Amino acid sequence: MAGTQYRGSDIKDVDQFLDDASGLESEREKEIGQHIGYRYDVNLVPDYERITPFLTKYMEVMGWEDLNWLEDIHMGYEDGNAAVFDRNINGWVRVPDTINLPDNQQDRDMIARELLVKYQMSDRHPLVNLRKAYRKY
Amino acid sequence: MAGMSDVDLQAMSQEERAKTLGMTTEQLTGRSLFVEFDADAEERFTYPWAADVDYNKRFELDTDELSSTQVNAKMRALMEEGYGTIVIKNPRGKHGLGVGILSRLNLIYEGSLGYFAVGLIDGPNVRINGRVGWSCAENMMAGTVIIEKNAGSTFGAAIRGGDLVCRGSVGSRTGIDMKGGTIIVGGDTGALSGFMMQRGRMIVCGNAGKNLGDSMYDGNIFIGGEIKSLGVDAVTAELTDIDKSWLRRKLSLYEMLPEKGVDHFTKVVAGKQLWNYDNLEPSEKKIIL
Repeated sequence: MAGTQYRGSDIKDVDQFLDDASGLESEREKEIGQHIGYRYDVNLVPDYERITPFLTKYMEVMGWEDLNWLEDIHMGYEDGNAAVFDRNINGWVRVPDTINLPDNQQDRDMIARELLVKYQMSDRHPLVNLRKAYRKY
Repeated sequence: MAGMSDVDLQAMSQEERAKTLGMTTEQLTGRSLFVEFDADAEERFTYPWAADVDYNKRFELDTDELSSTQVNAKMRALMEEGYGTIVIKNPRGKHGLGVGILSRLNLIYEGSLGYFAVGLIDGPNVRINGRVGWSCAENMMAGTVIIEKNAGSTFGAAIRGGDLVCRGSVGSRTGIDMKGGTIIVGGDTGALSGFMMQRGRMIVCGNAGKNLGDSMYDGNIFIGGEIKSLGVDAVTAELTDIDKSWLRRKLSLYEMLPEKGVDHFTKVVAGKQLWNYDNLEPSEKKIIL
């Protein structure tokens, strides 16, 4: 029978998955060699007092009064590195080491949103070539 | 390859285009694709291929004699011409109107729409001054959609982002398989709402039908009225101050904040008893990997 109870571990610290890439804490996680669940709080809603000027401008250009789809964007952690999940390529995009990470998840999430928008709207995003290859001419 | 013109690409077969543009069909299983952000990336707010539209440039399109395909094609042509506000007159319940719009746009429908209205959109702000059929805004990625009256079943099916608002009541299976975004319902929602919900937020100011949040994996459901019954693995949780603040903010944006506030809302989340990370024994897992 598919899983019958939650056996994962809780997220305790903002640097937890930078310090411990595997994130194996509970007995079950150690047993199966896999962290159970997300590596960040997917339900964390944004603190609008921490919004960046770029994101404010983005909202204005799009005609939105809040972060809209970016409310679901968070900074996550992949193989011990800060990264953001890009739904358009269905994969993680890493945050360069040159960017200093703030000490709280809310500010990190704002950085993640800004980086993701710039990346998705750039010519180097894989969707650009994908569209050229498969669009109707 | 970046210098390849559209004319050159058009002359090729699809397979040749994909190869020329550096795409491969090789098996990627077990391999990691390393992609990193550019810390000095240019500030851009729209997709490279998106039409440059001006919200102040407005066009009214009477669709009485047009098919859905013709209406959608005409809208795309108008966006290419820079129209940022398009008003659709006499939609007369046509199906699949306004699907696949991947850029910013103000889109106003003066009437009701059929099924799969404004599906697969990524960015536009849509107002529908009428009702919608089933699967409205299915797979919506970003933007805002406001329906002034009622909506059918599977409202916001598999939505991934953006705000989807219905001022009236909606049918069953609202937000089925939703993976992000916010669904707001001013009235009631039917049975199995939030079925297999994976992420995102759903706010229902009225009542919820049977089996709310059945098999939900994650995400939050907020109900202002009565809940007929909770589904498998859906449990109530404490409504925190952050939740209340967010609810007030979001509902106020659409002028839907109840007179008595949000303190009476019930929050429903996943009990995480169905999380199936342990559906395979470690020994079985090793064999598969």
